Formats: sequence, C-alpha cells, structure tokens
Amino acid sequence: MNFYYQDLDKKPLTVIVTQTTNMKSNTICFLLAILLVASASSCIQVKEYQKNKLNDADMALSSRKAEKNELNFQSYREGASGANGGKTGGGCGCN
Amino acid sequence: MKKICLSVIGLYLTFLSAFAQTGTESTTGYKSKPLKVDEINLVESYYKQDGNHSPVTGGIGTEKVTDLSNGLEVKWLGYDASGNKHELMLGMGIDHHSSASAAFVSKTGASKTDGNRIYPSLSWTKENEAKGTQFGLGGYYSYEYNYQSLGMDMHMAAKTKNGGEFNAKVSGFFDKVKLILPSELIPVPVVNTNTAATVTSYTTASGRTVYLSSGGTVIASTSNTIPSSPRNTFTASLSFAQIINKRMQVSIATDLVAQHGYLGLPFHRVYFTDGTEKVENLPDNRVKVPIGIRLNYFLGDNFIIRSYYRFYTDNWGITAHTASLEIPYKFTPFFSLSPFFRWYTQTASPYFAAYGKHSTSDKYYTSNYAYSAFTSYFMGLGSHIAPPKGIFNTHLSTLEIRYGHYTQSTDLYSNVLSFAFTFK
Repeated sequence: MNFYYQDLDKKPLTVIVTQTTNMKSNTICFLLAILLVASASSCIQVKEYQKNKLNDADMALSSRKAEKNELNFQSYREGASGANGGKTGGGCGCN
Repeated sequence: MKKICLSVIGLYLTFLSAFAQTGTESTTGYKSKPLKVDEINLVESYYKQDGNHSPVTGGIGTEKVTDLSNGLEVKWLGYDASGNKHELMLGMGIDHHSSASAAFVSKTGASKTDGNRIYPSLSWTKENEAKGTQFGLGGYYSYEYNYQSLGMDMHMAAKTKNGGEFNAKVSGFFDKVKLILPSELIPVPVVNTNTAATVTSYTTASGRTVYLSSGGTVIASTSNTIPSSPRNTFTASLSFAQIINKRMQVSIATDLVAQHGYLGLPFHRVYFTDGTEKVENLPDNRVKVPIGIRLNYFLGDNFIIRSYYRFYTDNWGITAHTASLEIPYKFTPFFSLSPFFRWYTQTASPYFAAYGKHSTSDKYYTSNYAYSAFTSYFMGLGSHIAPPKGIFNTHLSTLEIRYGHYTQSTDLYSNVLSFAFTFK
C-alpha cells in the first residue's frame, strides 16, 4: 500500500523512506571514507630523496592536462559530476 | 543529506580554523624576485559525438556534435620580500562547436547550428613554502550566445608533517541562461492598440517591442533583448592527499555542490502521452554530493597503476558510480604509454521519461537522456613525453596525446582526441 505525502511531489511514502535510508547509508560511507584516509596519516615517513617514484608525472594524484575536455563532456552527458578535478559549475549551455 | 552537508561544512570550518592559526613572521633575509613566466600550457581537443536521443527534439533525433576546444594558460612565478612564492595564472579558452539538433530549436530546422564560447580566467596563489601553506583567489568568465557565466573562488592548502596535504576551495558561479524557446512554443505576441494615435504595438518572446502604424508598417522597434534567467552554483571542495609509502599515494576528494535557479535548458522539448508539447521543467534547486578516491601505485620499475572511484548522489534521485583504471607503461623515465578504461553507471531521475511517455500531471519533466538510467564505457590510449632537455631540445618540455572512445547504453557514442603542450 502506498501512502502519499502532500508536499513531496506525490512520491509514495515507501520511496521517501527508501531515499532517507539511502542518505543515511551515504553519510556512513562518507564518514568511513574520511576515517580511511585519516588512518593513512599513520603511514611511513618518506624522505625527499626517496620520492623519485612518487614524483613521476604519471603518479600525480590529479587528472592529466589532456583530460580536461574529457571531464567536460562527461559532466554534460552524464548526471554525475565533481570530485575529479573537473568542473562543478559555470561553463556552457550545451545541448 | 543534511548530515552529509553538516559533515562537510564541519570539516571545512576545521580547515579554516587551522589556517587561521598560521601567522606571518618577519623574514627580512629573503630577497624578492619579480614574476617571471614559468610555464605555458596549450591544450587542444577535438570531440565528435553521435546518437539519437536529442533533448532538443524531445528525446528523439540526432545528437551529432563536434567541438574544437583550444585552451591557453600562462603561469608566472615570483617571490616577495618575505620569501612567499606567488603564482599567477592567466587562461584563455576558445571553443567552436556545432550541434545538428540546434537546427531544430526552430521547428523548421532552420536555426543556427554552430557557435563559439570564450572563457578567460585568472588565478593567484601565495605559498609559504617553509610552512607548507597556500592561499589563493580565482576568477572565471565564460560567454556564448545563449549562456554567460561569471565565477570566483578562494582556495587554500596545508601540508602535514607526514606527507599529507589538505586542500579546500569555495567557489561560486553566477550564470545566466538565455531563454531561447522552441519556435512553436514562443508565446503569441500580445497586441496593444493605442486608438488615439492609431499605433499598434506588440512584444515578442525575445522581449522586443514592435510599433506598427495603422497601415501595418513597422515604425519603431526596441532592441532585440531575449530575457535571461539566473543559475547560481556554490561549491565547497575538500580533498586530502597522503603518501602511503615510497610507491603509493592516495587522495580523497569531495565537492558539495548547491545549485539554484533555472537548471533546465529552454529549448529542450518534452512530448506528453496526450501528444502535447512543452519545454522541460526541472526543480529550481539541486544538491550534488560526489566523493572520489584516487590511488596510484608504482609497480616494479615500469608500470604505474592509476585508479579512481567516485560515488555520487543528488537530490534529483540520481545515484552514480564511476571507476577508472589507467596503467602507464614507462618505456623510459621520460616516455610512457597509458591505456585507460572508465566505467560509469547511474540510476534515472524520476523527472526523466522518454519521448511521449510523460504524463501531463507530472510536476517536473525532461527527456534529456543525461538523467536516464544508463551505463557508459570510455577507453583509449594516452602518451606522455617529457625529455629532460625538452622535445628536440626546444622549450616544448612536455607533450601529452590522448585518444578515447566513449559509448553509452543510450546508443550515444563519441570520440575525443586531445593534445597538451607544456612550454618551459
């Protein structure tokens, strides 16, 4: 049986409850991810002269310069965007 | 959603307070160095796509698009008397695009199909190398015929003692969408007649007022100003990168994005079950929460594993997962080839329905397949060349070439070829 709540676009209550549950699990995932990275702070100390591999251009923790337009078209053609160094706002009124 | 927002805002405020504790100290022993050009980057890209679900024609019809993109960035570096490093970056981009579906903004298919976009940018960053902190500001502008965007940001970074780095950025984009409607949906002009002077006037959908004499001759006309609607985007970005060991580093990043205003496009048609037609209608606010994790590992002496995963959710009902893997193989320390593969999947927004499937009782409706459920794949090959004395002993220090082929389960496919040149 579906109950309807008047001001929420007539979504079934079951859908709203499911979405709320999803949001809670998203929050938990997010906090776990933060904890995961925070725990990385106990990693070993790497001295400057030991960073030859880490400083390699292909090891950069960012998207490549040549990826800029790939990230742009993906943000226009897909529903998701962000958290990848690409744009989160502005830009074009593409069709 | 509120909890996610509060978590991100809390973290952001923590970083702000951390930066507030970093004072400035007198370092008169330093000698200032004026700004000098350090690097020039030129990125050229050609993009071509095709498909059969254009939102301009209500979710059916050609999606042929070509885009030639050209971006130039000049970076200056200098030091002030306190020993702080200053980086100034000036960018200019010019794109030329052509979209077959744009012709059908007019019902007859006679609308213009090509256009240009220009987007200058300027950013400044001050870095205290001794303390490992950075602070900077940026400004952006983008202009094309139907869209204008003005943006600014404030960014900061701080390194930790054990090989970590926090980055935080807040940005705001203040855009204007020109309300260009499909020709058949332009409201019929309202005619006003001044009987005393026998002058008739009417206002067109583009905001132009035309005055006619009693004989029907145009005697005056105001400027052709198509009204615009605002679209504002505010983003709080946080990231943390950490060196794990001599071969591995990892980063986590999130962008909390809030958008307000006109979030659809006025020339996107929607056809309903009863055969009627309207312009797409989407909510006037959207909150997006993407969280991405990168992990790079240097395997042996020649292989590198570049991996990335992103979880995304928003209040339009879309949940998405992105995973990508790139494995550069280093033939020499200065030349590598990198095959890459990206997988993406998303759920549909409840506001989406295909051509002729929306009910007239729907509050929000769109037939833009970017909001449908689909899976996409992107794969290709990249190369990176950076010899120590420059390519052919010139100022061209680095050259990146990438080609990728993209397919969506909606039948959309595209190819993109990019070149990135760095001159030093």
